[in-house]
Amino acid sequence: MSNGTKYWTWHMAAGVVLLILLGLHMIIMHMGGTLHLFSPTGPDAVSIANSQWRDSKICFTITYILLLGVGLYHGLYGLRTILLELTLKPAVEKAVTLLLTLTGLALFVLGSWAAWAAHTIAGGRA
Amino acid sequence: MAAITRHNNRLGVWGWLGGGRWGIERYAYILHRLTGLGILLYLLMHTVVTSLRVRNIYLWTEGGFFHQPIFRLGEFCVVAAFAFHAFNGIRLVLVELGFAVGKPIEPIYPYKTSVGVQRPLLIAVMVLALLFLLVGAYNFLGLAR
Ligand code: HEM
Repeated sequence: MSNGTKYWTWHMAAGVVLLILLGLHMIIMHMGGTLHLFSPTGPDAVSIANSQWRDSKICFTITYILLLGVGLYHGLYGLRTILLELTLKPAVEKAVTLLLTLTGLALFVLGSWAAWAAHTIAGGRA
Repeated sequence: MAAITRHNNRLGVWGWLGGGRWGIERYAYILHRLTGLGILLYLLMHTVVTSLRVRNIYLWTEGGFFHQPIFRLGEFCVVAAFAFHAFNGIRLVLVELGFAVGKPIEPIYPYKTSVGVQRPLLIAVMVLALLFLLVGAYNFLGLAR
């Protein structure tokens, strides 16, 4: 299997993971009025109290980090596919890949650190 | 590495946006790209905005910058983009792995097209996306409380 095919397979697999994790995320955050899932402190799913309640639960912290990593990979790889279809010069292709990888890594570090810090602040134990 | 031969881009942006004779699946493809890019742009901002919560900055709550109506509408657009991209994505996975294109057959007249298998699937996933969107809209409009 060439690297191209391998990364594309991961992109597909990431799509399936996103379907589940992001599906739940959307339902919890945007359908709170109908379903009241994981929002015990009031009807507004994204109130500070509800956010902190979720942050205090380790399973949310872990899935936030997972969702972030998988989402960044899937999204940035997709953007790379679109850009590489423009038949760029090989050096430009390399630069695009590098830039997108660095962007992804930077945001992954920021978001994971924040998820962990928020978990500690909200009173969750390590 | 072979030299790249470049041709005159006769169709310009329309070559990307237009469906030509390829039918509705071609428009689903372009919409899949646009929604994917839209959600990605949101994810990049969303990561930074939500990370600020560790500095006790909650920009999306009452009085915060992203609590303004225009951003609420924008968030609903993200839900809509997700509904399309996710359900169409299920179809793409099935089609690209070869599950929903029918069996390969000899090309004997009258020819059969795989669209006969694909299109019902497209319609089915679009109905599901619409249902998801309707529940989202019901909540967005505040009818659920
Ligand atoms: C909800 C679950 C999701 C599913 C099931 C899904 C599925 C897919 C699939 C199957 C493709 C590949 C199309 C192809 O190779 O022909 C794709 C492309 C793409 N997706 Fe997703 N996706 C999901 C979520 C996301 C998210 C959250 C983002 C943004 C962060 C995103 C951004 C993109 C982009 C930019 C493309 C590239 C379009 C292209 O190559 O034509 N997707 N998606």
